Amino acid sequence: MNTMQRLSRVDAINWNRLQDDKDLEVWNRLTSNFWLPEKVPLSNDIQSWNTLTDKEKQLTIRVFTGLTLLDTIQSSVGAPVLMEDARTPHEEAVYTNIAFMESVHARSYSSIFSTLCATRDVDDAFRWSEENPTLQAKSQLILERYRSDDPLMRKVASVFLESFLFYSGFYLPMYWSSHAKLTNTADLIRLIIRDEAVHGYYIGYKFQQALAEATPARQQEVKDYAYELLLELYDNEVRYTESLYDEVGLSEDVKKFLHYNANKALMNLGYEPLFPSSVTDVDPTIMAALSPNADENHDFFSGSGSSYVIGKAVATEDDDWAF
Amino acid sequence: MASSLVYFSTKSGNTHRFVEKLGLAAKRLPLGRDEPVLRVTQPYILITPTYGGGSAQGAVPKQVIHFLNDTHNRNLLRGVIAAGNTNFGDAYGLAGRIIAKKCSVPLLYRFELLGTDDDVARVRKGVEEFWKRQT
Repeated sequence: MNTMQRLSRVDAINWNRLQDDKDLEVWNRLTSNFWLPEKVPLSNDIQSWNTLTDKEKQLTIRVFTGLTLLDTIQSSVGAPVLMEDARTPHEEAVYTNIAFMESVHARSYSSIFSTLCATRDVDDAFRWSEENPTLQAKSQLILERYRSDDPLMRKVASVFLESFLFYSGFYLPMYWSSHAKLTNTADLIRLIIRDEAVHGYYIGYKFQQALAEATPARQQEVKDYAYELLLELYDNEVRYTESLYDEVGLSEDVKKFLHYNANKALMNLGYEPLFPSSVTDVDPTIMAALSPNADENHDFFSGSGSSYVIGKAVATEDDDWAF
Repeated sequence: MASSLVYFSTKSGNTHRFVEKLGLAAKRLPLGRDEPVLRVTQPYILITPTYGGGSAQGAVPKQVIHFLNDTHNRNLLRGVIAAGNTNFGDAYGLAGRIIAKKCSVPLLYRFELLGTDDDVARVRKGVEEFWKRQT
């Protein structure tokens, strides 16, 4: 079953001799995106934090604690198991970066907590995370795959974590941001969201490279397992979402965000999206908080607007353009 | 006028998959910089991914810049479609905006990753109507 050639020995890594250009391209992207939470002025959110109700504060701390758990899994288990399956020394090096950045993400939530929250409330949330059945279930579903000896399913699980499971949590800071609340916290979360996109893309790419070498029967098997795992995770995410967001009345919109991101996770694996557009129509204000120009009309084809006019001047690399 | 598409896609093949789903005739820009630059012979729409994960620096793939640096190719460009990911915030589909501005052509459409069925249907119809309006 395991047709992947793992690295059996360690040789000095030579970045000037690449087996796969994608490794260097992604290394460069990740290193140029490097950041630390200290760069974001979180203390500017203290006033805004104090406008939240106790319920809203508890929800926010719980959501961030859930995200912390996922980042911790990815840093301490996910990226290291992918490293074992790496087929080039450069791929291994990229995973060391991913592992470290996941630690930075996990650390960032604690920065948010120490800046905004009462210690007792945070301790309560960590206890909640250890006992919450749906949070523990998603952690188990992923860890089971990481501990299996199937390198393809390890990557599938990793892409689902990076590109799908985070989003029940990411929804909330985007929601606050769209209501002009916790805007600095949202800036920090956007840095995390940007990193996770590169991680999902790269791990998905490596998955597709490995899958292409498998027999058609094995490819079909992996595809079936992947969709099966996605649906299992999805059912659990729905329960997790309802347990958190029902009392603020946001569950239905969060679910749309889940569908939208589940589709993107599948696409990162090279699979077709599963959820139709009728259930991925996330509130436009959330999309605008995620991608500030996502609400601009760039559908020239629909004829409803003049996208010919580019609103904002964009700095370009003039050196690279001869004209 | 027959529809004419030119696209670039890296080894990850997302944009290639989108173009396959469109089912329209399309020319792919070469991946290697040593390969000869493609020369177009009729007006075309360019489909390009966005690179760089968040900044304008490197957002347009080098191979696309290389292709557009040829005045002949640039003069036949009529519109651009960009792939990207909303996770990159305001850099979503940035390559499309940069090219549209540089070359004074409309940014026709943006899609994420492989594109959904809706994206494929909208672009297929949109491209067809776009060329009808051009004649």
